[in-house]
Amino acid sequence: MESKGSIVKVSGPAVVAGGMVGSRMYNRVIVGASGLLGEVIRLEGDRATIQVYEDTTGLSLGEDVIDAGEPLLVELGPGLLTSVFDGVQRPLDAIRQELGDFIGRGIVVPALSRTRQWPFVPTVKAGTSVSGGDVIGAIAETPRIEHQVLVPPGTSGKVIEIREGSFRVTETVAVLDNGTTLTLIQKWPVRTPRPFRERLSSTVPFLTGQRIFDFLFPLAAGGTAIVPGGFGTGKTVVEQTLAKYAQADIIVYVGCGERGNEMTEVLADFPELTDPVSGRPLMERTVLVVNTSNMPVAAREASIYTGITIAEYYRDMGYRVALMADSTSRWAEALREISSRLEEMPGEEGYPTYLATRLANFYERGGRVACLGGSDRQGSITVVSAISPPGGDFSEPVTQCSMRVAGTLWALDSDLAHRRHFPAIDWKRSYSLYLTSLEDYYRRSVAPDWSELRREMMALLQQEEELQEVVQLVGIDALQDPQRIALELSRIIRDDFLRQHAFSEVDAACPLEKQYWMLKVIFAYQSLCQDLLKKGRPVEEILNLPVREELGRMKEIPVTGFVDRAKKLMARMDKEREREVE
Amino acid sequence: MDLLTREYGTLRSIAGPLLFVEGVRRVSIGEMVAILLPEGQERRGQVIEISERYAVVQVLETTAGIGTTGTRLRFSESVARMALSPDLLGRRFNGAGEPIDGLPDILPERWVGIIGNPINPVARDKPAHFIQTGFSTIDGLNTLVRGQKLPIFSGSGLPAKEIAAQILRQARVAGEATEFAVVFAAMGITFREAAFFLDEFEKSGVSEHTVVFLNLADDPTIERLLTPRFALTAAEYLAFTHHRHVLVILTDVTNYCEALREIATAREEIPGRRGYPGYMYTDLATIYERAGRIRGRPGSVTQLPILTMPDDDITHPIPDLTGYITEGQIVLSRDLHRKGIYPPIDVLPSLSRLMNLGIGEGKTRADHRGVADQLYAFYAQGRDLRRLAAIVGEEGLTESDKRLLKFAERFEQEFVSQGPEDRSLEQTLSLGWKLLSLLPKERLTRIKPDWIQRYYKGG
Ligand SMILES: Nc1ncnc2c1ncn2[C@@H]1O[C@H](COP(=O)(O)OP(=O)(O)O)[C@@H](O)[C@H]1O
Ligand SMILES: [Mg+2]
Repeated sequence: MESKGSIVKVSGPAVVAGGMVGSRMYNRVIVGASGLLGEVIRLEGDRATIQVYEDTTGLSLGEDVIDAGEPLLVELGPGLLTSVFDGVQRPLDAIRQELGDFIGRGIVVPALSRTRQWPFVPTVKAGTSVSGGDVIGAIAETPRIEHQVLVPPGTSGKVIEIREGSFRVTETVAVLDNGTTLTLIQKWPVRTPRPFRERLSSTVPFLTGQRIFDFLFPLAAGGTAIVPGGFGTGKTVVEQTLAKYAQADIIVYVGCGERGNEMTEVLADFPELTDPVSGRPLMERTVLVVNTSNMPVAAREASIYTGITIAEYYRDMGYRVALMADSTSRWAEALREISSRLEEMPGEEGYPTYLATRLANFYERGGRVACLGGSDRQGSITVVSAISPPGGDFSEPVTQCSMRVAGTLWALDSDLAHRRHFPAIDWKRSYSLYLTSLEDYYRRSVAPDWSELRREMMALLQQEEELQEVVQLVGIDALQDPQRIALELSRIIRDDFLRQHAFSEVDAACPLEKQYWMLKVIFAYQSLCQDLLKKGRPVEEILNLPVREELGRMKEIPVTGFVDRAKKLMARMDKEREREVE
Repeated sequence: MDLLTREYGTLRSIAGPLLFVEGVRRVSIGEMVAILLPEGQERRGQVIEISERYAVVQVLETTAGIGTTGTRLRFSESVARMALSPDLLGRRFNGAGEPIDGLPDILPERWVGIIGNPINPVARDKPAHFIQTGFSTIDGLNTLVRGQKLPIFSGSGLPAKEIAAQILRQARVAGEATEFAVVFAAMGITFREAAFFLDEFEKSGVSEHTVVFLNLADDPTIERLLTPRFALTAAEYLAFTHHRHVLVILTDVTNYCEALREIATAREEIPGRRGYPGYMYTDLATIYERAGRIRGRPGSVTQLPILTMPDDDITHPIPDLTGYITEGQIVLSRDLHRKGIYPPIDVLPSLSRLMNLGIGEGKTRADHRGVADQLYAFYAQGRDLRRLAAIVGEEGLTESDKRLLKFAERFEQEFVSQGPEDRSLEQTLSLGWKLLSLLPKERLTRIKPDWIQRYYKGG
């Protein structure tokens, strides 16, 4: 039911309307003569406080406010992929067509095209009983993604008619015996998680093609990783690199309160780049939700919910979805700004006291699940959330609250970034709680000695830190030869294994097998050095063996043929060892 | 109440720069207000909040002399707007967009609100053109690209304005003859600093292509909240309506933020870090994001904001939030400045996020990225070793470490330091190779062997 009132107060993005009899929390509202979109976030008597998703400049007291009688909804259906939406799911292309290059206000455009036709192929016949989550047909949404048309949660009945052919999203494709008509579109309240049958545990990794992630701090498919770091440490590059190269069927990329030009880069690159698995443009698996820092702050707050709802929808079809959120801090700040306009009691650093709960609820919408519906589909949402701590200090609330729920921490470090060691992941601080549950996968699909290699690598990095302390105090001369070699080895691991240039043609993504063989070579080199030392060769000479330089160039060796090259390199090392024997 | 002129005499209280006016109807957020004092003086203000009881007006000038009796407020029914025409070039305005050069008002081709709508992200075009500034540390290592926003993080007494002025003088895009138009916005800087810039514009002959907005240290504080918005409105107009490539200098953003804090305090808002309002990020973004290129329109807006890091602290909210919004930063160092190095740019914390879009084969040179990465890596190691050598003495270092130490020294003295010299990119890269050649070529692992073969000069 609609209710109508009028503006009695305007303060930034918050508007108070009086006379809003019958209004409900989180209902969608239309504010003022210019028709701005908003949402009810507080009710006191007939007074509704509304967060407005557009700039409130120009609003006056007394202007009309209309409660639409329903919550803010996300449209779900074919056409989401390749689209670019703002925080409240308005398609930015259509807005541009209507308003030009700058975003104006009060525009109403449906999220999904009402004119485009989709070829619908039914997969059930008349007479079948269906209920929420069941697949009734499919659409080739993009050449790589088959869109499963699902019965909306909460709907059930016997199909009495189902049609094949080309349809617009609003046209009826099936009719149930209780009179319900099914179209290609579902609307879902943005703040409500979509239901599933059951949560499943995660035993497969979310492979990223990034050595430091896949080998040292793996993320599980359906898990949550957070990426905190000061400005310029590489959060966005992590998000974008994973959006390009990570193993996922669908990417939902939420640019939340960040730069316009970064979105331009995604928009320019993704249609050009192809996915190595399918050979199709990356854009065909991507949905963008973009609310840049200069776009209205309340819509920024909504953007991550819009993003995760879309992610859930594809999860429900049985896809592996990745939600990239850059940055969650900007969402939290939007929450803080609105809370302060409501004059709520502030918690730590001015954030509302419900920050932790909201954050946890958001992260909890990720995960691996058995999907609703009869067939045995499983889907997952992996969440990778960038966090922008003020001054790069992780003790602040958003980082802390996120750390409590995330399974993987990829901590970025300014010092590494300043010396252009990328990805600037601090290996001392980062961790993955998924190690044990993924160990089995790695042993089976990569190599039985995966865990050992990983452990040795961590031990070397740990030892380096201790040795560096000694060097800092008394100089390199204080180290014994084996320690010098250990120090060199850890340098190799840092520089020649962990460092990975996102803009390198060959090395931007590195498959697991190559990762493994790179490490094999490095450890072969270690044992060579140790053996030569035992045989009495001077350490200076050992550290300057010609193969040393080859290690530094391994990353640039193409993936095809890499294993052969690695084996040859190891054979050369064996020769070096024997040469000494003669 | 006077229905026609919309004048009110119901000013009830004054707090800091804010006026609380009772019983005002039909005003809107952002509306401009004339504040009429009994003696006939007039001040300007802007509506920032409205409720049934009060309209809150922020006074752009001083509140001295305003009383709760006798003062009348006239609401204008219009938000802050600016008259635009190509005749803006060569003109000088105060911080509120009024001419101060003795010439008549601009005959507007159009009027535009100064708040500015956000550029639709799908309308943006990727910045791609390398701007040569003549500074090795910028061109070689932190390349500026047309349409970028690249601030200078300065400290008090460091030569940010000299660097900015030199960039204006030297900036060129390879293969193009068209000059940049310049929009200069002074926010709370001293007369002496402003005079330095104006003098520079005169000397380098860019005055006719320059639009100047001056809000000086003794000008009204709150007015400076509008100054950058006037400037950027002019810049967007010149760029996107008249196809100009516009360089915008905003100085000093720190003064702008202080004005923002003053309003927040007066409104008794819950303060964020160090007393700055929680929405400062969003507010600054509405300034900095007004840079870029738009598909199908030939012009561009490139921003070079200058800010002073309070106490040289880069984690202070002003540089911190700026760095989170801008596309990199050029950081000045007091240490280098003390050593007599000009420009005293510390390359380690400096960054250009758009560098990759502007460099490489066909744009600058194919070895550019590798050279930059390698210089960074060696310089960072050299700096670590400098610290180490200070503790254990140089004797405690290995031969190759000593070379790195020397590299770092010469890097600062020869690559960073360049005095008034305007270097071409070729010169910068050759210099880079000369320094890299101090180290054995096996250590140049960040550069492709082909380039090493071609450019390496060492033994
Ligand atoms: N993996 C990487 N490889 C190469 N360069 C990187 C990498 N990660 C970050 N960078 C560099 O660091 C800059 C800042 O990274 P970005 O992701 O934008 O930082 P943040 O989002 O944390 O502010 C990038 O413009 C790029 O030059
Ligand atoms: Mg970023």
